[in-house]
Amino acid sequence: MTAPGHVLVVGASAAGLATAETLRRKGHTGRLTVLGAEPHLPYDRPPLSKQVLSGAWEPARARLRPPAHLSTLEVEFVLGDPAVGLDVTARAVATASGRVVAADAVVLATGLRPRTLPGQETLAGVHVLRTLDDSLALRADLLARPRVVVVGDGVLGAEIAATARTMGCAVTMAGPQPAPLALQLGPFAADLLAGLHTANGVELRLGAAVTGLAGERGTVTGVRIETGDVLPADVVVVAFGAVPATEWLADSGLTCDNGVVCDSRCRAADGVYAAGDVARWHHEGLDTSLRLENRTNATEQAVRVADNVLGADRPYTPVPYFWTDQFDVKLHVHGTTAPDADVVDGDPSAGRFVLTYRRDGVVTGVLGWNMPKQARLRRQEFLGTALVGGKP
Amino acid sequence: MNVSVDQDKCCGAGTCVLLAPDVFDQRDEDGIVVLLDERPPGDLHETVREAASVCPGVAITVGS
Repeated sequence: MTAPGHVLVVGASAAGLATAETLRRKGHTGRLTVLGAEPHLPYDRPPLSKQVLSGAWEPARARLRPPAHLSTLEVEFVLGDPAVGLDVTARAVATASGRVVAADAVVLATGLRPRTLPGQETLAGVHVLRTLDDSLALRADLLARPRVVVVGDGVLGAEIAATARTMGCAVTMAGPQPAPLALQLGPFAADLLAGLHTANGVELRLGAAVTGLAGERGTVTGVRIETGDVLPADVVVVAFGAVPATEWLADSGLTCDNGVVCDSRCRAADGVYAAGDVARWHHEGLDTSLRLENRTNATEQAVRVADNVLGADRPYTPVPYFWTDQFDVKLHVHGTTAPDADVVDGDPSAGRFVLTYRRDGVVTGVLGWNMPKQARLRRQEFLGTALVGGKP
Repeated sequence: MNVSVDQDKCCGAGTCVLLAPDVFDQRDEDGIVVLLDERPPGDLHETVREAASVCPGVAITVGS
């Protein structure tokens, strides 16, 4: 294909900005437009549940790039104007304000929308955490040191619980898993993480699904769980997953099924690509359809999408990776976890170790518990160095 | 090219080391980035720019 004249990126967060930056870096000299639903300049999301929520960082420190750098990219940023429709044939995107932007190639990077509990919009004191505004609103409530219930036992819920506890709140974590991040870490590391939260004063009410919210006179008073108990709360954070933001593509003709379905090139249709949390593509190395909700995937997939927009025709085959910081523990997970786990470095009782996960004797993943460098070295040993270069 | 790193923003992923091990390393004790070469040679410029672009902690800045 010939180089596109005008590229439109829908989404102005990590994946969208990295797409634009990479297009410029790799020689795209034509027009470049980035459309964002939020009014803010592109900012980073991982700090929203940690440094921004705790107040350790001013919100401006979470910006992905300084404004002066953004202006060197010669990108037309259209912010605060959500996309509402896509015409795949014309490669034209309509926005909430009535704008229509047509391009030669369109990159979909609209991310996720938090799942919510029924009725939560009508109750004061209930929060989600996806945007900068969400983080600042939650922070304002946490400053009064309320009783907090976090609904969610995954990465986001556990980080919010740790930050709220560090801010002096009484915190309860609720969710269906036996331990926080059990799905992502396996039982050994998840049990240690449960111990970390308990030692820091977080009350764990896990192993029971949340069934709803309790409220009085328009304000939340607690969280109902399937045992019939109500966990009392002044503030509730609902962080039990998110769904790809694809509602606006419902009439586009694209296949949206747990994300925008793409081929191995991250291509959803001719001239239409997807990157980041919203994209489900075929991973040739793992021979499976995959959608990754993690920070490194946003930028690495964006690099590959930019390559392919410019005509490279290369598959995207990353090693899945995420990190999370909770209290004084930094976890780094490379690859995919499996039932068999062995400590290969460090000592769990000393609070520093590396685990490898094996399936049928083959190492599929590596976890570092306060040992990021050593975990990365094991990744290179077992899973290869591939970022976006080749097969892992 | 002039490279700088913000160790406070670094999350210890090691993405930069995977891409450009002659320019970046990690501290043994906590995985935080160590800059080995503030002015890398020309044949590494493209790789270092990619490392800055994909850094998940937004901790690498590249100036001219």
